Amino acid sequence: MTAALIKLLYLLAAVMFILGLKRLSSPATARSGNTMASVGMLIAIVVTLVFQEIVGWREILIGMIVGSVVGGVFARTVKMTGMPQMVALLNGFGGGASALVASAEYYRYLEAGQGVPLNFGIAIQLSVVIGTLTFTGSLVAFGKLQELVTGKAVTYPLQKILNALLLIGTLGLAVWLVIDPSNPVAFAGVILGAALLGVTSVIPIGGADMPVVISLLNSYSGLAAAMTGFVINNEGLIIGGALVGAAGLILTNIMCRAMNRSLANVLFGAFGATVQEIGGGPEGAPGDQTVRSLTHEDAATMLAYARQVVFTPGYGLAVAQAQHEVRELADMLQERGVQVKYAIHPVAGRMPGHMNVLLAEADVPYDQLYDMEQINPEFPQTDVSVVIGANDVVNPVARHDKSSPLYGMPILDVDKAAHCIVMKRSMRPGFAGVDNELFYQEKTSMLFGDAKDSFKKLIEEVRQL
Amino acid sequence: MIEELVVLFVIFVLAIFVGFEVITKVPPTLHTPLMSGSNAISGITIIGALIVAGQGDVVVAKYLGMVAVAFAMINVVGGFLVTDRMLKMFKRKPEVQK
Repeated sequence: MTAALIKLLYLLAAVMFILGLKRLSSPATARSGNTMASVGMLIAIVVTLVFQEIVGWREILIGMIVGSVVGGVFARTVKMTGMPQMVALLNGFGGGASALVASAEYYRYLEAGQGVPLNFGIAIQLSVVIGTLTFTGSLVAFGKLQELVTGKAVTYPLQKILNALLLIGTLGLAVWLVIDPSNPVAFAGVILGAALLGVTSVIPIGGADMPVVISLLNSYSGLAAAMTGFVINNEGLIIGGALVGAAGLILTNIMCRAMNRSLANVLFGAFGATVQEIGGGPEGAPGDQTVRSLTHEDAATMLAYARQVVFTPGYGLAVAQAQHEVRELADMLQERGVQVKYAIHPVAGRMPGHMNVLLAEADVPYDQLYDMEQINPEFPQTDVSVVIGANDVVNPVARHDKSSPLYGMPILDVDKAAHCIVMKRSMRPGFAGVDNELFYQEKTSMLFGDAKDSFKKLIEEVRQL
Repeated sequence: MIEELVVLFVIFVLAIFVGFEVITKVPPTLHTPLMSGSNAISGITIIGALIVAGQGDVVVAKYLGMVAVAFAMINVVGGFLVTDRMLKMFKRKPEVQK
C-alpha cells in the first residue's frame, strides 16, 4: 500500500515537472512554471525522506546543507554574462551526483556479495560512464568559458584515435563489469576512463562552440539521471531525466543548425584551432574595396529621424557591457516616435537564448525581442539597422558564396534595411575568420570604437537634436 | 527481472517523446532559462542520493551518497534559484497600462 502511494507521489512530482516546462512556452507564465517544477522537486525530496527507510540522517543533513548553501550562493552571485559557466557547472554537479549514486549502489551489491542482476548492472555502468563524463567534461567547459584554460581548440597528434581507443577501452571494461561485477579495480578503471574521456573530448572544442557543448552536456546530465532511475528502480528519475535529455538534444540541434554545422563537425572538427585568413587579413580592406565610416553626429541624426530601427546585438555588446546604454538610446528614440526592435540570432551570446537574458537584465521588454524568422521579413521596411558587435551572423556571404565556410548559415538580413550602421572595434574578421562583405556595401557605414562609449556619444547627440 | 526493465524502458521512451513535444514549444527567448531550469530537474537524482546516503549498512556507499546529496542539491537549489532570477527580469512593455 505504502509502496503504491510512494510511486503515485513520485508521479505527481514528474507531472509537475512536465507542467512546469509547459509553462515555459511564454515569458508571461514561465516564472510560475519554474516555481511549479521546484514544488515538484520538493514533493519528491519530502516523499523520499518520509517513506524510504532512512537511518543515516547525519550524512543527509550535511549533504543537504552544504549543497543548498553552495547552490544558493552561486545562484545569487553569478553575473548574467556568466550564465553559460553557471549552467556548465550545474550540469557537472548533476552528472557527478548520478555517477556517485550508481557507484554507491555498486558497492552495496559488492558488499552483499550476491552479484549484480543483469538489468541493474547495465544501468549502473551506463550511469557511471555518462555521469562521470558529464562531470569532467562540464568542468573543462566551465574552465574554458571562465578563461581558466585556453578557449582555443586544443589539438595534438592522433587525438581522434586516442579518444576512440579510450572510449572503446572504457566501454569494454564496463561490459566486462556487467558480466562479472566482482572486480572493484575494473570499476575504478571505468570511472577513470570516463573521467579522462570527458576532458579529452571537450578540450578540442573551441570556445565559440561551447553553446553546443553545454547543450549536449545538459542532455547527458539528464540521461545520467534517467540511468540512475533504472539503477534504483524509480520512475520519477527516469521521467525527469528523460525530459532533460530531450531538452538538451533539441537545443543542441537548434544550435548546430544556427551555426550551419553538423554535430560531428562541432565535436570533432576542432573549429577555431587556427584562424583562417581569407581575404585581406585582419587589418584592412582587401583589394580595391572601400569602407565608409561615419561620425556619431551623423549616426544620431540618422537614427532620430528614422521610422523603424532594428538593433542587432552580438556577444561584442555583452563584452562591452553596453546593454543599458542600448536600452537608454532605444527609449529616447521611442519617445521621438521611432519604432525600435531587436533582432536576435539563435547563437547570439554564449549559450542558447543568452542575449535575450542579457537584454532582459537591462530592462528591454521581451516583446521588442524578435527571433530571426520573425525579424528577417521586416528588414526591407527598416530605415536603419544597427549591428553591435556581431559579425558572422550578419555576413551576406552566407547567402550566395558557395566557396565560403559560412555558406548556408542562416543569417539576419541587416543589409536589406535602407541603411546599416555597424559598430565595431576594428575590421577584424569574426570567429569563422571570413571577411564580412557587409562592411564594404554602399549602404553600410562603420562606427568604430568601444560600443559603450559609442552609445554614450549617440545618446548625447540625440539629446541635442 | 527483464520484464521490470522493459516496463521502465517504456516509461523512459514515452517520457522522451513528451519532452520533445513540450520543449519544442519553448520560444528561443527563453532557451537559457529552459536550460538552467531543466538542469535543476535533472537534479531529481537527489532521490537516489538520499536513499543511498540514508541507508545504514555499507559505509563507503553512505559517504558516496553524502557527496551525491551535496552535488545534487547544488544542482537543484542553484538551478531553480538562478532560473527564477532570470525569469523575474523578463518584462513586457511598460506602456501597456496607458
